[in-house]
Amino acid sequence: MSTLSPVSPNPASGVGTLKTPDGGPELPARRDKPFSRANLVQTLAGGYIPLIVATLVVVLPLLWMLLSSFKQPGEIVTTDLKILPQGLNLENYHTAMTTVPFARFFLNSLIVTVVGSTVKVILAILTAYALVFVRFPFKNIIFVVILVALMVPPQVSILPNYILIAGIGGKNTLWGIILPGLGTAFGTFLLRQHFKTLPGSILEAAEIDGAGHWRRLWQVVVPVSLPSIATVALVTVVSEWNDYIWPLIITDRPETMTLPVGLTLLQNSEGNGAGWGILMAGAVLVIIPILLVFAALQRYIVAGLTQGSVTG
Amino acid sequence: MTRQLTGSPAATAQAVPAPQRRGRWSGRTRRDFFVFLALALPNLALIAVFTYLPLINNMYYSTLDWTLGSTSATVVGIDNYVTFFTSSDAPQVLGTTLIFTVVTVGGSMALGLLVALALNAKVRGTTFARSAVFAPYVLSGVGVGLVWLFIFDPGYGVLSWLLRGIGQQSPQWINDPQLSLVMVIIVYVWKNLGYCAVVYLAGLQSLPKDVMEAASLDGANGFRRFMSISVPLLSPTTFFLLITTMISSLQAFDLIRIMTPLGNGTSTLIYEAYLQAFGAYNRAGYSAAISVVLFAILLIITVLQLRFVERKVHYS
Repeated sequence: MSTLSPVSPNPASGVGTLKTPDGGPELPARRDKPFSRANLVQTLAGGYIPLIVATLVVVLPLLWMLLSSFKQPGEIVTTDLKILPQGLNLENYHTAMTTVPFARFFLNSLIVTVVGSTVKVILAILTAYALVFVRFPFKNIIFVVILVALMVPPQVSILPNYILIAGIGGKNTLWGIILPGLGTAFGTFLLRQHFKTLPGSILEAAEIDGAGHWRRLWQVVVPVSLPSIATVALVTVVSEWNDYIWPLIITDRPETMTLPVGLTLLQNSEGNGAGWGILMAGAVLVIIPILLVFAALQRYIVAGLTQGSVTG
Repeated sequence: MTRQLTGSPAATAQAVPAPQRRGRWSGRTRRDFFVFLALALPNLALIAVFTYLPLINNMYYSTLDWTLGSTSATVVGIDNYVTFFTSSDAPQVLGTTLIFTVVTVGGSMALGLLVALALNAKVRGTTFARSAVFAPYVLSGVGVGLVWLFIFDPGYGVLSWLLRGIGQQSPQWINDPQLSLVMVIIVYVWKNLGYCAVVYLAGLQSLPKDVMEAASLDGANGFRRFMSISVPLLSPTTFFLLITTMISSLQAFDLIRIMTPLGNGTSTLIYEAYLQAFGAYNRAGYSAAISVVLFAILLIITVLQLRFVERKVHYS
């Protein structure tokens, strides 16, 4: 419960703050009559109303998910809509966890996300450092190879990768889920672009001090690049946690399923009217962790996702 | 060793201007050579095995008549492609892909621009609204799909309740192929328009303010300024979004899988490729052929993008 409660007041209070400063004094102050009716109407129609509508369109479905996850079947299977649940009933969460091994899914997702992201971030740092700071022939060609890989959608590779991974015994294993996604073109690209902006003087100083590549990397380059590394790490965490098509294909036993795949299993067993509360509880469990990470560190995530796609 | 490296065109075309002042760097160069391999090879090998090799394998598999799981396969050449393009699959799958892509791209870009304009207003709360609008883009497609499936539920969903309020029966969103495509498109746009909004917002905020003010002094109203100044100046952003959203729409899988598992009316190229191999049929060769078709389309879009981006879109 404690993980759930911080979220519901968040959108509510946010929407509240949008409404309160109606015709607030500081904005229209430069005009002649800050509190005139025309001015107020203009601020509302041009500023707040579209903003509130846009926010509500996004927030309401998620709020509905959260509210419904506390409702008992009788509150859902009814013709008259009850907006608020009768109480903070955790029955659905309990049922979801006992119908399918949810704790196991959660743990699997956590392992896949943590291990996958850690390895990917480290590989990205190493490759980007090598591409920028280590002398090597054909570096441009290697970089193009990475850029092209960035444009190959993983979806078109699922069948060959399935045959490859299943062939070496990776079906229904966590390493089978993690391994094909470990090569990282996105992180390498993003960090390379950042490393290239670092002033050469700081590295020369370290070089004169006798620091080898390994020490220059970890004691100079990484410490001054933490925001970019955080961006890569967070975007990677989000995509690993949400990844669906590959774990769906490579697992068919509950012991190794991740949360999104496990939810599919839950959907198959609870796909009738009375099961909606349970499914919403499941959706909360897969959505809320990322929503919390996003709420705390959204600046990095938005930057990474919007900038990362500027790869052309 | 040294002569080889300095003499090769690749070494002179290095991305980073290497410091040339050192006289003897034979030992250093050799050491760097191995340092580079040690640092970059694991990642490059993974990319080679799991990104490049599958492309080649896919093309090979697409020439086979092969049931997934079976140990024998027959080489049939281009038969899988012929089957796809001459059967009723092609118009249906390509048509669904076209409708899904065009409507989701157009919808999320148009709505994204509107939301960007709202976010660009000089009022309080835009920071929160910006985050809120972007949030669905990072959420699990499976979770989002379930939430909306509940909202669309003809019996107990909020939408059916709203429709009853105005005296309408809720349509059967799941069973009707056309309506299920509409449903998936709505949810996809909901999930992705925040991305377009944030990219457009960045574009709007980088518009030159003096041009706007000059137009304003000349008596151009807000709508006129938007149409005559903002829209043309935003064209690089629009083009960039057009390409990126088109590529991601062509890869949309999670929502389709969770909302319409049977692909009834929603079988785009990617979903048909999945269904053929991992659905009821296990037709690996045929699925690979569809994947190759999808990849060819994505490749064409990417090449178009590269040719245009160099000329039109500037970013640092």
